[in-house]
Amino acid sequence: MASSRVALDVSDIPEYGFGHRSLLWWATASMMIIEGSVFAIVIVSYLYLKGRVPHWPPTGPSPQLFWGTLNTIILLASCVPNALTKKAAERFDLAAVKLWLAVCLLFAVGFNVVRFLEFGALNVRWDANAYGSVVWVLLGLHTVHVVTDFLDSLVLAVLIFVGTDLNERRFVDVSENALYWYFVVFTWLPIYAVIYFGPRIS
Amino acid sequence: MTPGETKRRRDDERRPRLADHDARLTVEGLERERRALEKTWWNGRGLVAWLSDTDHKAIGRRYIVTAFGFFTLGGVLAALMRIQLSRPDNTFLSPDQYNQIFTTHGTTMMFLFAVPVVLAMGVYLVPLMVGARSMAFPRMLAFSYWMYLFGGIFLYSMFFLNIGPDNGWFSYLPLAGPEYGYGKRADVWAQLITFTEVSALVVATCLIVTIFKLRTPGMSLNRMPLFVWAMLIVSFMVIFAMPSIVISSTCLILDRLVSTHFYNQAEGGDPLLWQHLFWFFGHPEVYIIFLPALGMMSEVIATSARRPVVGNLTMVLSMLSTAFIGFGVWVHHMFATGLPELSLSFFSAASMMIVIPTGIQIFNWIATIWSARRLQITVPFLYMASLFFIFIIGGLTGVVLAAGPVDRQVHDTYFVVAHLHYVLIGGSTFPLLGGIFFWFPKMTGRMLSDRLGRASFWLLFVGFNMTFFPMHLLGLDGMPRRVYTYPASMGWHGLNLLASVGAAVIFVSLVVYLVNVIVSLRAGAVAGPNPWGAATLEWATSSPPPAYNFSPQPTVASSEPLWHTELAPPPIVGLASDTREVLVTFLLDAEPDHRYPMPGPSLWPLLTAITTSAMFVWSIFQAQGVVWGSIPIFIALVGWFWPTKGKKALEHGAPTRLTARESLS
Repeated sequence: MASSRVALDVSDIPEYGFGHRSLLWWATASMMIIEGSVFAIVIVSYLYLKGRVPHWPPTGPSPQLFWGTLNTIILLASCVPNALTKKAAERFDLAAVKLWLAVCLLFAVGFNVVRFLEFGALNVRWDANAYGSVVWVLLGLHTVHVVTDFLDSLVLAVLIFVGTDLNERRFVDVSENALYWYFVVFTWLPIYAVIYFGPRIS
Repeated sequence: MTPGETKRRRDDERRPRLADHDARLTVEGLERERRALEKTWWNGRGLVAWLSDTDHKAIGRRYIVTAFGFFTLGGVLAALMRIQLSRPDNTFLSPDQYNQIFTTHGTTMMFLFAVPVVLAMGVYLVPLMVGARSMAFPRMLAFSYWMYLFGGIFLYSMFFLNIGPDNGWFSYLPLAGPEYGYGKRADVWAQLITFTEVSALVVATCLIVTIFKLRTPGMSLNRMPLFVWAMLIVSFMVIFAMPSIVISSTCLILDRLVSTHFYNQAEGGDPLLWQHLFWFFGHPEVYIIFLPALGMMSEVIATSARRPVVGNLTMVLSMLSTAFIGFGVWVHHMFATGLPELSLSFFSAASMMIVIPTGIQIFNWIATIWSARRLQITVPFLYMASLFFIFIIGGLTGVVLAAGPVDRQVHDTYFVVAHLHYVLIGGSTFPLLGGIFFWFPKMTGRMLSDRLGRASFWLLFVGFNMTFFPMHLLGLDGMPRRVYTYPASMGWHGLNLLASVGAAVIFVSLVVYLVNVIVSLRAGAVAGPNPWGAATLEWATSSPPPAYNFSPQPTVASSEPLWHTELAPPPIVGLASDTREVLVTFLLDAEPDHRYPMPGPSLWPLLTAITTSAMFVWSIFQAQGVVWGSIPIFIALVGWFWPTKGKKALEHGAPTRLTARESLS
């Protein structure tokens, strides 16, 4: 094949691609499938355990609605600065990326703090019974995502503000990070429904 | 329109072009390019360079060698069991030792050998087969290897400290729970699973992205080699199946360490939840081990028959439907648990249905061999052909076991042991050994000896059947699995002795295989690029391939590029040779999309794996290890992702790079 006289010259094509064109998008997609399946399996386990006992929760009151509902609102509201960050990244608008990424981080601080209060409002300990165990694991797993999403957005923001090695692909990173943010927000909705309304619907 | 939007629009229109009589294609041009690539992809010498290597071929080789190391350890454990069972009322092993040995044997073979080694074949071969210069995310790949290695070391350290797991490789509750599973043994098992699932999930992601986005131009999905299809499907199975074991093993550890009650009947939990979650992973796991072997079968059979496999499309669809159905049969492992009749019938039918796609593939191979231009009975072909005998026996006993009533009769007997070894060894290890024989010249540049290869194959074939065929009869006669001994009055000693002698024959055959590898590494015939006359792209480059795989990168115009040289598709020019650049293409038709620099060697994956392993081990002794142990991991990850200063990746050939940061906003 090396003796061919015609070549396909790729020197002029770009060095980046957004969305499904980028490698990172696919890795993020894979991660979302993995973690989405993890959430789905815990929810299925929750329903499995719920079906085995006459009362749910077996003893004690249902979780308080206030903090969980507040956090749902904060998480959903964070989609606005997140969308603006993504849009800004996709038109290489550095000033807007800086602004909206910072706003996103403020939201992240907010839902991390409220999440801490949510555990107290569950009205059950993890070692009380199987109900307590599965509720804590469900909320705990989502919390791991909320915390890691905050931390990786923070590192990304530092890179953007410091400006090291700032090329097109850094903006692709911002765009993919925003995609993952959506994942963390939207997986919360079924989990919220299960944790807070599972005990209220018989 | 902002300047950024203008730039986006302009960049989206930048397409590749055909260059006629390009200066870079002259002999001197190609030589200059090759020298530059050698320099760019050179990894350096010495220990640090070795530890920081991110080349998929180096990592693939390490995975394979390590997996065979664990295979040897698992094999030694099997030999100890066969010695113990060779005569009745034997006291060679104590019951407790026997429990740890069969558990560690099963765990090793499933989690440290079968899955990693088939994924490793993909790690080595897939980028070469799709004509890419590198795997996607090479540093993640390096991380996955270290996690796997440390997990294996962890299991065996614990085993030698007499805290090896002892509840069987599927660690059933309540035996493995806090009530009965004393000490740290069940925790060791559960945490080993965490190590291996992290590594498998990372490899699966790397494989998917490589297959979707790094195929060389012209390799549309319908031109992809069947082995690559198999690895793609398997990677998806990994990412859908593993989450189930992630959750179940985490809940097991939580039950044991912080008193949750997932599997505790008394507090509303259910031991059967474990079985559902485990087998929802565990059954697809069998196909995760088996499908790559089918991919290797197809490549070897096509090469031996010198024609493409008959029914390429049905092969792919069969593998896909096997993967789908494989997720719907897990309950056939639970027929003896007293589930409702209806679900037994459903899962019984689903389990029998899975025979159909497997049958289609087997008939396609037979048709391929039948219509061969000139069939070459090479050693790899022998290994593959043995599947027709061994795997089909295993498959047939599988159909038998899929019937609920029969299953209840032989549940937990040696009949099941015989079945699973016929399926897994016949369906995966035989093709794997054939695959290693087939690609050994590519990996090392030297051929394995044909004579030793044939000797080793026939010894293995005879030894295998001697060991495992009698187990069918023992099982039908009621001998339970996992018993450390049996009384002489049961009359089982003859067949057991036969099985033990067979195990000795297997041992000899594997020693012959190993000797063949060692001797051939030094003195084997020099292979050349394509010793078997195969059709796929990995044979288009030298043996062993250079670090950058191809120069110039070839494109393809058919699914058997090396058999259709008359098509002569144009090679790629214009990829950077001063950075490790790869060509990213579109998913369906692999048209060129953009160029992308791969990261070079780095120690961070190793450091991240060390910190992660430390956290995993710490956490089974103290729950707060999860929190404090995460801090070093975070630091290592930040170090990993921090851009290296002064090494701008975009210095060349980029007419419109972003330079002034603020000017665009």
